Amino acid sequence: MTAANAQPLPSDHRSPRPNGRWKSGSNTLVLPDRHAHENVTPKVSLEGISLSYKASDGSRFLALDHIDLNVQPGEFLCIVGPSGCGKSTLLHLIAGLHHQSAGTVLVDGHTVDGPGTDRILIFQELGLFPWLKVGENVEFGMKMKNVPKAERQERVEHYLRLVHLAQFKNSYTHQLSGGMRQRVALARALATEPDVLLMDEPFAALDAQTRDLLHDELERIWAETGRTIIFVTHNVREAIRLGDRVVLLTFRPGRLKREFPVELPRPRHLEDVDVARAAREILDELRGEINRSLEAEYRDGVKPRVDPEAQQ
Amino acid sequence: MKRILRYVIFYGALLGIWAILAKLKLWPPYLFPTPWGVGESLYAGFSDHSYWIAIMVSMQRVLIGYAVSVMLGMILGLGVSSSKFLEETMGGLLVSLQSLPSICWWPLALLWFGLSQNAILFVVIMGSLLSVTMAMEDGRKQMPKIFGMAGRNLGARGFRLFWHVLLPASLPFIVSGLKQGWAFAWRSLITAEMLYMSLGLGQVLMMGRDLSDMNQVIAVMLLIIALGYIVDGLIFKTIERRLQHKWGLVPAT
Repeated sequence: MTAANAQPLPSDHRSPRPNGRWKSGSNTLVLPDRHAHENVTPKVSLEGISLSYKASDGSRFLALDHIDLNVQPGEFLCIVGPSGCGKSTLLHLIAGLHHQSAGTVLVDGHTVDGPGTDRILIFQELGLFPWLKVGENVEFGMKMKNVPKAERQERVEHYLRLVHLAQFKNSYTHQLSGGMRQRVALARALATEPDVLLMDEPFAALDAQTRDLLHDELERIWAETGRTIIFVTHNVREAIRLGDRVVLLTFRPGRLKREFPVELPRPRHLEDVDVARAAREILDELRGEINRSLEAEYRDGVKPRVDPEAQQ
Repeated sequence: MKRILRYVIFYGALLGIWAILAKLKLWPPYLFPTPWGVGESLYAGFSDHSYWIAIMVSMQRVLIGYAVSVMLGMILGLGVSSSKFLEETMGGLLVSLQSLPSICWWPLALLWFGLSQNAILFVVIMGSLLSVTMAMEDGRKQMPKIFGMAGRNLGARGFRLFWHVLLPASLPFIVSGLKQGWAFAWRSLITAEMLYMSLGLGQVLMMGRDLSDMNQVIAVMLLIIALGYIVDGLIFKTIERRLQHKWGLVPAT
């Protein structure tokens, strides 16, 4: 379903590029080339993932429906969809925090059946530990992995420097601003040195300036560390700003609707005309889904709840 | 400064009224003692070490009993909060057991352990175990789920998940329950000591009654209040404030 729907975005008619597609120019960052990996085992592979659970009225509710998706090593994949389409849930499944009703999640060809430090999820609400200092938060995952203390300290320093928070090592998280907390969560995830970084609408609650800054930082860190990133957002422009590829999920049940390779040169900016145009095309596809989501919201009077906890 | 002044005025007035009432001799002195009589009794009790010994013995008992009930209560509370079956069955049992005054365990404790230290400890544990258990259960439920998920996500599981994540995450929610457990333990201890002659503050209090020494009765009552206040009002308050500060629930002072 994925390959068949893959369509390149149309060319920019005003400034046509060599082969009619948006291609990286010579002035771009040196980034991992996803095309180099196309014959390699996918980093993350979803095979026929479905998730259903019992709703409060006793009926079965299908949240995710037969999702097939491959993510290449070093790829930056963005998942967009209306609220309630199950895109966060999908990340939780990859993280191994919940179990799908059907299908398999593979990482490096191995079946996932629980959390593992090769995949770290950055939660929408972050989940930083308020009883630990910033440095101890970053250290936490390494401590659980039994990394020796000296190395832990070194890596804490390194990753805090990477997110420009070295001088806040001994602060508590509530003393930091939203953007800084976001960076702590990023450092905490990176410090365990996962192969795959799962990010669940991490920048949704931030102001525009902070978000722009964090986009730049995330892109830089991605380029420096070569991690695979799966990034969930409802903001289409953000998805195009960051992703190598954007996949679109439908609303209730969540299905893969379409995928869009993004071949605009990096670094991109949210305000770029090309980004806006690409976003417009995806938004046109998305609009129907958003409308259905809003209708459901008004009809039911509540936000659609996709809560895999409820299935137990 | 102003606060201290308020305290001085309030307690000064209280002592003054007491002194005047005693001076008026409305009641015979063996029923209504004077403040200085009580003061003398306190002085005498501390200088012949009998109050010190009583305090040490009582504190030791309550600390042991409380520590045991905190440990047992945490395990029980964790069990009840993590299993639907236990929650529905044992949860109800715990609530109903809590309506039983802890001293009702005394006859049972006597038959099981005889007239001994263990009988007293048993009553203390039964007095505070339930509130610790319920506090723990409640704390686990109130604790935001995200912490447990974040902990598992970062590779914590089993005991380490409990020790490094679930326990610290639920502390702000269980600390008031722990405080209540302490208050129950302290009350149960004094009650049990009054029924059983074995040093301890409760026994000194009863001795005052047996000797018709009203000064001693009031002096020991004051001691019990003071000790309760020190632990409850100072130690637990400090822990609570620290936790809240650490969590950013109150502005730093």
